[in-house]
Amino acid sequence: MPLLEATGVHGGYGGMNILHGVDMTINNDEIGVIIGPNGAGKSTMLKAIFGMLNVTEGDIKLRGESIKNVAPNKLVHMGMGFVPQEKNIFPSMTVQENLEMGAYIHPSRVSAMLEQVYELFPPLKEKRRQPAGELSGGQRQMVAMGRALMVEPSLLLLDEPTAGLSPLYMNEIFTRVKDINKAGVGVLMVEQNAKQALAIADKGFVLAAGQNRYTDTGQALLNDPEVAKSFLGG
Amino acid sequence: MNELVFFINNVLISGAVAGSIYALGAVGITLVFSIMRFAHFAHADMMTFGAFMVFVFTAMFPGAGAALGIPTPILMLPIAMVITASLAIGLDKAFYKPLRDNGVKPIVLVIASLGVTLMLQGLIRMFAGTSSRSLYIGERKEIYRIDVPIEGVLRPIIITDPQIWLIAFAVIVVVALHYFLTKTRMGKAMRAMSDNADLAQVSGINTKAVIMVTWIIAGSLAAMAGTMLAMDVALQPQLSFFILLPIFAATIVGGVGQPYGAIAGGYLVGFVETLSVFNWSILLRPLAPMLPDALEIPRSLALVGTEYKIVVPFFILVVVLIWRPTGIFKGKVI
Ligand SMILES: Nc1ncnc2c1ncn2[C@@H]1O[C@H](COP(=O)(O)OP(=O)(O)OP(=O)(O)O)[C@@H](O)[C@H]1O
Ligand SMILES: [Mg+2]
Repeated sequence: MPLLEATGVHGGYGGMNILHGVDMTINNDEIGVIIGPNGAGKSTMLKAIFGMLNVTEGDIKLRGESIKNVAPNKLVHMGMGFVPQEKNIFPSMTVQENLEMGAYIHPSRVSAMLEQVYELFPPLKEKRRQPAGELSGGQRQMVAMGRALMVEPSLLLLDEPTAGLSPLYMNEIFTRVKDINKAGVGVLMVEQNAKQALAIADKGFVLAAGQNRYTDTGQALLNDPEVAKSFLGG
Repeated sequence: MNELVFFINNVLISGAVAGSIYALGAVGITLVFSIMRFAHFAHADMMTFGAFMVFVFTAMFPGAGAALGIPTPILMLPIAMVITASLAIGLDKAFYKPLRDNGVKPIVLVIASLGVTLMLQGLIRMFAGTSSRSLYIGERKEIYRIDVPIEGVLRPIIITDPQIWLIAFAVIVVVALHYFLTKTRMGKAMRAMSDNADLAQVSGINTKAVIMVTWIIAGSLAAMAGTMLAMDVALQPQLSFFILLPIFAATIVGGVGQPYGAIAGGYLVGFVETLSVFNWSILLRPLAPMLPDALEIPRSLALVGTEYKIVVPFFILVVVLIWRPTGIFKGKVI
């Protein structure tokens, strides 16, 4: 049974439909990468999966159970974590408090999970008493991902975790994503650094104008000249 | 030295009393804003309501406090706090939550809270009439005169029993609030929701519970502030009218949505208010022999007359916002 299975998802903001029947399937332990032009509906798709906007048609299943239009705080209890593209930290709270909020539903696991997250992102340990709003962009991304990992999710949704990062930081984040995945977490991530992201992807989804354009393994999409020409910058 | 005692009585004590009341009120307004992003105008009427509840219970059991050696209104305060907190939750369920669920703009909630203000004022007048009442029923308000053990000092420092209670309560509330917000899980969740409500939900925080706790704190502190004000002065249905401006000024001056800012703003407004109506001529009087005859110290030398005291919060508001446009503690922009 797939970990996540979205079929024919329609949805959008208010009355306006952005997604016009999107399909997406991720198996346990897989990394899925969504690429596509700005405004394609990539973030909208992640929000639709995470119950943050109304899905009008189609279905979304987590391990066979429908999670269509289930509220985000319930999805956290079902083992999902989400790192939004923007505003993904609590700026006035310290790094450690940000992480603690991630494990809000499992207060007894906080200290054990803090250790694990600090191990994954050592810079955060040094900065743990600093307000997250005072960190650099890359460190904030670490806080955001760390926060989502604190509940030990089985499926992690990441929206452009490397946006605005230097190549070094970007590779660092991709390495961490691979580590997280190896630890048994399914990952569905939106990326603009498409080549590097597809390189670590088991599955790649190319979205355009709210529809699937190509769906294949990451490697196959990288090698597809059509995809390369239109979506990978040649 | 007599002049100094006069200053302590009329500025330090009066300012601390006014400041404590404003701080207790402003904390509630700022918490409601930080969690629900609207200015809750009915807050001052929750204060009157709380004081009125204390009055009702004190009238029912007038001697109850004497047995324990505390004023009866203080004994009744916890009950009134619980009732006012329930009222706050009820008001939210009945008026604000349906609007929130429909995703209205904050201004709609503000207008709704104005409606609630009128409703509460009407209700209180309907049951209590418009007269002014004392919360001391068959009891005497203790007034402590503390003699200063310095030769030549004739005036005592004067402080009343409710003023001592008020200042003590304010200190306890500040310490407890700090502990709650920085050390407890719910307090941190509250700060998280104030920082980023969407992310709080994404993190699995029960935002409905946070909203409820916010109303509990706001309601019970409102009852406390209203009761202490009514004990210090008197219970009047129009108390809310006089208190609304200074507590909103305190909230904004401190930085909207910042609990510590609300406390700082409350004391700032309280002290500036008392300083501005303080009669400086008494402090200057000892200098009289040194001054040339032409310079006579007038009998009354205050910055503003008592009757214009109500403009002082506005003045502080303007001055502070020019200096720091988002308030002392960098508030959330409305
Ligand atoms: N909160 C919103 N309210 C209304 N429309 C929105 C909202 N957020 C996004 N949209 C619209 O939905 C469409 C898809 O936006 P989305 O954020 O999903 O794009 P994206 O693929 O993530 O783009 P990017 O690569 O720039 O992040 C856009 O046309 C955008 O205008
Ligand atoms: Mg996006």
